[in-house]
Amino acid sequence: MKAKRVSAVARKEFLHVLRDWRSLGIGIAIPLVMLFLFGYALTLDVDRVPLVVWDQSQTPASRSFVSGFSASRYFQLVGQAQGYGEIERAIEARRAVIALVVPVDFAGKISSGRGASVQAIIDGSDSNVASYALGYAEGVTRTYSNEVTLDAVRRGGLPQPASGLDLEPRVWFNSDMESRNYIFPGLIAVVMMVIAALLTSLTVAREWEVGTMEQLIATPVTCGELILGKLIPYFCIGMLDLLLAVLVGEFVFHIPLRGELWLIFASCSVFLVGALSLGILISIVTRSQFLSSQIALVATMLPAFLLSGFVFPIANMPYPIQLFTHVVTARYFVTLLRGIYLKGLGLRLLFGEALFLLAFAALVLTLAHHKLRKKIE
Amino acid sequence: MIERLKAMLVKEFIQVLRDPRMRFVMFVIPVVQTLVFGYAVNTDVREVATAVYDLDNSYQSREIADLFVKSGYFRLTARVYDDKSSQELIDRGEVKAVLRMNRGLGERLTGGRGAQLQMILDGTDSNTAGIALNYASRIVGGYNQRLQKEWGARHGGALLFPGGVELVSRAWFNENLESRNYYVPAVITNIVFIITMLLSSMAVVREKEIGTIEQVIVTPIGKGEFILGKTIPFVLIGFINVTLISLVAVFWFEVPLRGSIPLLYFATALFLMSSLGIGLLISTISRTQQQAMMSAFFVIFPAILLSGFAFPIESMPQVVQWFTLVNPMRFFLVIIRAIFQKGVGIDILWPQMAALLLLGVTILSTAVLRFKKTLG
Repeated sequence: MKAKRVSAVARKEFLHVLRDWRSLGIGIAIPLVMLFLFGYALTLDVDRVPLVVWDQSQTPASRSFVSGFSASRYFQLVGQAQGYGEIERAIEARRAVIALVVPVDFAGKISSGRGASVQAIIDGSDSNVASYALGYAEGVTRTYSNEVTLDAVRRGGLPQPASGLDLEPRVWFNSDMESRNYIFPGLIAVVMMVIAALLTSLTVAREWEVGTMEQLIATPVTCGELILGKLIPYFCIGMLDLLLAVLVGEFVFHIPLRGELWLIFASCSVFLVGALSLGILISIVTRSQFLSSQIALVATMLPAFLLSGFVFPIANMPYPIQLFTHVVTARYFVTLLRGIYLKGLGLRLLFGEALFLLAFAALVLTLAHHKLRKKIE
Repeated sequence: MIERLKAMLVKEFIQVLRDPRMRFVMFVIPVVQTLVFGYAVNTDVREVATAVYDLDNSYQSREIADLFVKSGYFRLTARVYDDKSSQELIDRGEVKAVLRMNRGLGERLTGGRGAQLQMILDGTDSNTAGIALNYASRIVGGYNQRLQKEWGARHGGALLFPGGVELVSRAWFNENLESRNYYVPAVITNIVFIITMLLSSMAVVREKEIGTIEQVIVTPIGKGEFILGKTIPFVLIGFINVTLISLVAVFWFEVPLRGSIPLLYFATALFLMSSLGIGLLISTISRTQQQAMMSAFFVIFPAILLSGFAFPIESMPQVVQWFTLVNPMRFFLVIIRAIFQKGVGIDILWPQMAALLLLGVTILSTAVLRFKKTLG
């Protein structure tokens, strides 16, 4: 392997990228735009759930119960309903996600100490939002309920009830439970994966389609040199993307970075080599730009988005799918980035993930080298 | 005119369906994607991996830990006896929650002095943590209610403890709150969008790249006929994909399809106007397939992420919410989900349909107008 020949290929590839504004745009501008836009826009946080109330009781007691909801920042009272028909329409049209039905005898039952029940109707179609809304509603009801009970006890001259169990939650790593802190590091991984593979998936196929591959075969450049030369420019673009991403995370979104910076760059460089090589491998095998970009999209975007744990927790997936996620390299990079960013973990705890990325990069690179040699001969 | 269009359609169909790799991309990949989506895409939080850190080891502490496990929301995966190992488990992500009960918990509860149950949650995944916390407070709330009842029985003899308010909840449309019912129908939106838009943008550009567009220009075929001939096959492919994915959703994943099927197809037709329009628009600004591909990708990624598919639009900042108003996927998604799960009709869904119609007409006519220029 001669450094001179590698650098010659790399220079040619660099020139090609610089000349084609669209590839360059895809390589640098789009990741940045995405990180900005998505870091800003994407959140799984649920608050201000729209609520309608059908208060059949219309008493101070029922109003005070309802005000517990409208005062909570988790709910937003969007209207009153008079009957199930109105509730149905509100939920069908997505004006409300939750509806409270306070029965006629609410106040009477409360004041006589018999205990009342209130119905909550929830739009279950988005199960995630529904579970949150239900949890919040139960919390508000519990608070009100405790007050009512204590009141009744006091009025009835009963001895004070024993205090019960007090749940004291402590949320580690992300104490405000901001989903942005969770999503952003994952987003870096997903964007890098897709961009990297998409960029290189066209490189070798292009040479075949345009016919310059024959010329390359005639030159003394070896397969290894060719692959390395093609990797270098995109590797530089990728590392530049990472640098920009880290800066955006730090200065725009203030994502806590508890771990060490060098670890992010080190693990990313290994990950990048793997992802770029995967694109090259696809490109070598298909020899067609259309097919290869298609496959690159299906083979990287979908798994990176769905099976990496970026949004959908891997622990929730059925076991066979969980097994399958082990071959999705983005999964390890997502874990690494989150571990470094939010937990401040070091190499000792992340060793397994790092090792896998290394193995993947080596394997794909070897495969690409092997496949390319065959075609040239 | 019908004759010419027919001739062109035959050519297009042959061209699209001849290549087995294309057939694979168009009909097999969508089904596979739906299957993967259906299994993988799941935000249900069940069986949160939990470690019990019980320093009390009393009847009460064991009972509380038991309540957590029996609820089905928490799965006991480890027992720890010191801070260091509980921290290590959370660091490694092996458990998402640690239930810590300090010495004296049982005694304090018996004495009516109240006790603290500490719960440490891994907040990295804020969604899971938030829902797990809800479950936990529900369990503790139930436990406290029982304690109070027991107390009431002891102190008032026959007198029952005064009751509070109980919340009886019912989830409509999706009683068991299964996220699969929410996500699988939505896959239709993603797949139909990607396939029809990508194919239409590449197909027209291919004529330019290979040079056959000049041949088309010298034939007596009109521009309208040319565009119709190009897009009708993709309209059909779009409908076939909707059918395939719906079949997988209903018969494989048993997602309820409560609404009207004709309405589903009607909405698809409205949506295809936009997706094909975007594809044509891309083909007017691209000269090579590579450029078309890159531009399509530039549209696909934001369109999916800002459609409300995984991230609720209501939670996005206001400016971004306005931005989503030009995203046809957003409206189609609402329609599809409503037809599948809620079974509602056009009386409820007309605003979304109107939006799709407006977007479709605008995008498609812009594309056709621009197209004439590049052809001429």
